[in-house]
Amino acid sequence: MNEGQAKRDQSHGKLVTRLVLLAIGMFGFGFAMWPLYNVFCDLTGLGGRGVKVIENATVPEKSDRQVKIRFDATVNSGLPWIFQAKEKSMVVSLGEMSEALYLAMNPNDQAMAGQAIYNVTPPEASLYFVKTECFCFTEQVLQGNESREMPVYYFIQPDLPENIKEITLSYTFYRDENFDPLALTAGSASSSD
Amino acid sequence: MSIESTHSHEDHTHAADHDDHHDHKPSSLLDRWLFTTNHKDIGTLYLVFSLLMFFIGGSMAMVIRAELFMPGLQLVEPDFFNQMTTMHALIMVFGAVMPAWVGFANWMIPMMIGAPDMALPRMNNWSFWILPFAFAMLLSTLFMDSGGPAAGWTLYPPLSLQSGQNFAFVVFAVHMMGISSIMGSINVIATILNMRAPGMTLLKMPLFVWTWLITAFLLIAVMPVLAGAVTMLLTDHFFGTSFFNAAGGGDPVMFQHIFWFFGHPEVYIMILPAFGVVSEIIPTFARKPLFGYSAMVYATASIAFLSFIVWAHHMFTVGMPLTGELFFMYATMLIAVPTGVKVFNWVSTMWRGSMTFETPMLFAIGFVVLFTIGGLSGLMLAIAAVDLQYHDTYFVVAHFHYVLVPGAVFALMAGAYYWLPKWTGRMYSEKWGKIHFWLSAISVNILFFPQHYLGLAGMPRRIPDYSTQFADFNMISSVGGFIFGASQLIFVGVIVHCVYKSRQTATGRVWEGAKGLEWILSSPPPYHSFNTPPVIDSTTMAHADESH
Ligand code: HEM
Ligand SMILES: [Cu+2]
Repeated sequence: MNEGQAKRDQSHGKLVTRLVLLAIGMFGFGFAMWPLYNVFCDLTGLGGRGVKVIENATVPEKSDRQVKIRFDATVNSGLPWIFQAKEKSMVVSLGEMSEALYLAMNPNDQAMAGQAIYNVTPPEASLYFVKTECFCFTEQVLQGNESREMPVYYFIQPDLPENIKEITLSYTFYRDENFDPLALTAGSASSSD
Repeated sequence: MSIESTHSHEDHTHAADHDDHHDHKPSSLLDRWLFTTNHKDIGTLYLVFSLLMFFIGGSMAMVIRAELFMPGLQLVEPDFFNQMTTMHALIMVFGAVMPAWVGFANWMIPMMIGAPDMALPRMNNWSFWILPFAFAMLLSTLFMDSGGPAAGWTLYPPLSLQSGQNFAFVVFAVHMMGISSIMGSINVIATILNMRAPGMTLLKMPLFVWTWLITAFLLIAVMPVLAGAVTMLLTDHFFGTSFFNAAGGGDPVMFQHIFWFFGHPEVYIMILPAFGVVSEIIPTFARKPLFGYSAMVYATASIAFLSFIVWAHHMFTVGMPLTGELFFMYATMLIAVPTGVKVFNWVSTMWRGSMTFETPMLFAIGFVVLFTIGGLSGLMLAIAAVDLQYHDTYFVVAHFHYVLVPGAVFALMAGAYYWLPKWTGRMYSEKWGKIHFWLSAISVNILFFPQHYLGLAGMPRRIPDYSTQFADFNMISSVGGFIFGASQLIFVGVIVHCVYKSRQTATGRVWEGAKGLEWILSSPPPYHSFNTPPVIDSTTMAHADESH
C-alpha cells in the first residue's frame, strides 16, 4: 500500500464516521420530533393544548362581546356508546361562566369505561379557553344500559382575538380496554378528582 | 469461493499500477455475484433487481387497473385491492426507482470521476445484498393470514395500527431498505469526495455525479427519520406505547408530520438523479454543452434545501393554523423556481443544437415535456385553498404519476439506453428502442391524463369501486395502463437482445457527441475502471469550462 492510498483510507474513515453520526443523529431527530411537536402545540394551542384547566378559577369580568360556541361529539369505533351534545351550539359572552351538557349512553348489557379527549378549533382560541370542570378530567364508567348527562363548566377569556367569532369544542370518547367490569365496586363509577 | 478471493481482488482495486487491459473477473458464479465488491457487478445486480421489482410492482398496478376498468367489484376483494395499492407503491418507490438509481450510481460515478471503483467496496456488497431479503420479507406478507399491508404506503395511523401480524414484517423490511440506502449513500459521498481523479474539481463533475451527491445527503438525512417513525408505529402496535394513539395522549397527525418530513425529500430523492441523467443526455444529442451548468448545480442544491421545509403541503386538510397553511403554500411554490430554471436550461441546451433523436434522447425529451406537466399540477396542488378539494382524489394520483413515471422512470429508461452500449460493448436495437419509446409515451398519457379529470370531478383515490359517472375515464385509463404495461416487455426484449444476441459492437465513444470520462474507456469498460487516473482536459469533459 502506498502513502497516497493510506491517506485516502484515513480520510474515508473520518468521512464515514461523520456520515454515520449524521444518520444516527437524524434517527434521534425523528424521535425528538415528538417532544418538539408537543412544545409547538403548547405554544400555538394546536390540538386543544392551549385549554387551561383551573378548578377554582376566578372568573374575569363579563364583557359585552359574544361568541358562538359549537359542541361536537364523537365516539371511537372501539367503544359502542352513544354520545352527543345536548345543544349543538350556544352563544356566550366573554368572561361568562357557562355550562354545556353532553349526554352519554351505554346501550350494552355490561359496564364499560371510556375516556374522553378534547380539541378546540381554531387552535388559537384554545389559548383563551378555561375549563373549571369537565367529564374528560377522569375516566367515566357507565353501567349496562345506563345513560348520564356529563357537564362541562368553562369560560372564554375576554382578551380573545377580535377575528375569532366561533369556537368549536370537540370530544372523542375512547374505550379503556383494561377496564374490568367484574372488579367494579359500587360508587367508584362516579367521577371525582 | 472464499472470503480470501474477495479480499485479494479488492487489493487489486487499490493497486495503482495495475494493468487495466487485463480483466480479473472472478471465475466462479458465487465469487462473481454474491461476494463481489466490483462497482460494475454491483451496479448490474442493482439494475437487474430493480427491473424485477418494476415488473412485480407493475403487475400489481395491472390488478388495480383491471379492477377499476368498470364500476362495481369484479375481480378482487376490497381488502386485497388495498393491499395492491399499498404494495405497489412500496415496491415501486423502495424496490424499483431507488435501487435503480443506486445501480446507475455504482456503474457510472467511478467512471465519471476517474476512479478505479467505489470507495467502500465491501460495504457496497452489503448494501445490495440486504435488499433481496428486505423485499422477500415484504412480499411474504401477501401469503400470510392477515394479508399484506393495506393502509397505504404512507402507513398513517390509526389505520395502519389496525394491521395484523404482517405489520412487524413491513416495519423491519422498511428498516432494512433504510439501512441499505444509507450505506449506499455513505459510499457515494465517500467516492465523490475522496476518489476524484486529479484535476476533477467539484465544479467540473458531470451533473449526474452532482445530483447523486446531493441525493445521498438527502437520503442520509431522511431515511433515519422514516426508520424512527415506523419504529414508533411498531411500539404503538405491539408494545402499548401511545406516540400516535390519541386515547393514550398521542397524536396521529404527528405521524403525518414525521412521515412527510421524510416523504417530501423522498420524492426528490427519486427525481434528482433523473435531472442528472437528462442533463447528460440532452447535451450529447444536441451536440452543445449544457446551458447554465453552474445554475443547474445551484438549482439542484436549492431544491434539496427547500424540500425540507415544504412537507406539510401533504397535510393542508388536517387543520393547520392559517399561518402554517400560508407558509407551506409559499414555500412549496418557491420550489417551482429552481425547477423552472432546470427546464429552461434543458430547453436552451436544445435550442439551435444539431439534434438527433436516438432512443435515449427521445426518452429525455419525453421526460422534459411530461415531467413539466406533473410540475404544473403540483403547483395547482400547492394552493392550499384549492387543495382542500383536490386532496386525496385522483388529481393527486395523476400529479405524482406524471412526475414519477414519465419523470423518474423515463429518465431511468433514457439512462439505460444511453449507457447500455457502454456497459455491454454492443448496440441495442434502435428500431425496437424507438417502438418502446413511442408506445410508452403515448400510453402513459392515455393512462394518467384522464386521472386529472377524474380527480377534479371528485373521484377519491384508493378505492376499488366508484360511482358510474367516473366510468368512461377509468376505462380509458385502464386501457392506457395495459398498453403501457405490455410495452415494458419490449424493454426487456431489447436488453436481452443487446446483451446476448446483438452483433453490432459499440465503440468507446458510442455516441458522436458524447463527452465525459466514461466515454474514453473501452466499451465494455475494463473490470476496474481507472487504475491510472485519467488526464482531465477541456476536450474530454462536457463541462470543462465552468462558465458554461
Ligand atoms: C413543482 C414541483 C412540485 C410541487 C409544487 C408539488 C406539490 C405537491 C402537493 C401540494 C402534493 C400534495 C397533494 C395532496 O395530497 O393533496 C403533492 C403530492 C405528491 N407529489 Fe408532488 N409536487 C411537486 C413535484 C413532485 C415531484 C418532482 C415528485 C416526485 C418525483 C412528486 C411526488 C409526489 C407524490 C408521490 C405525491 C403524493 C404522495 C401521497 O399522498 O401518496 N411531486 N405534490
Ligand atoms: Cu411533497
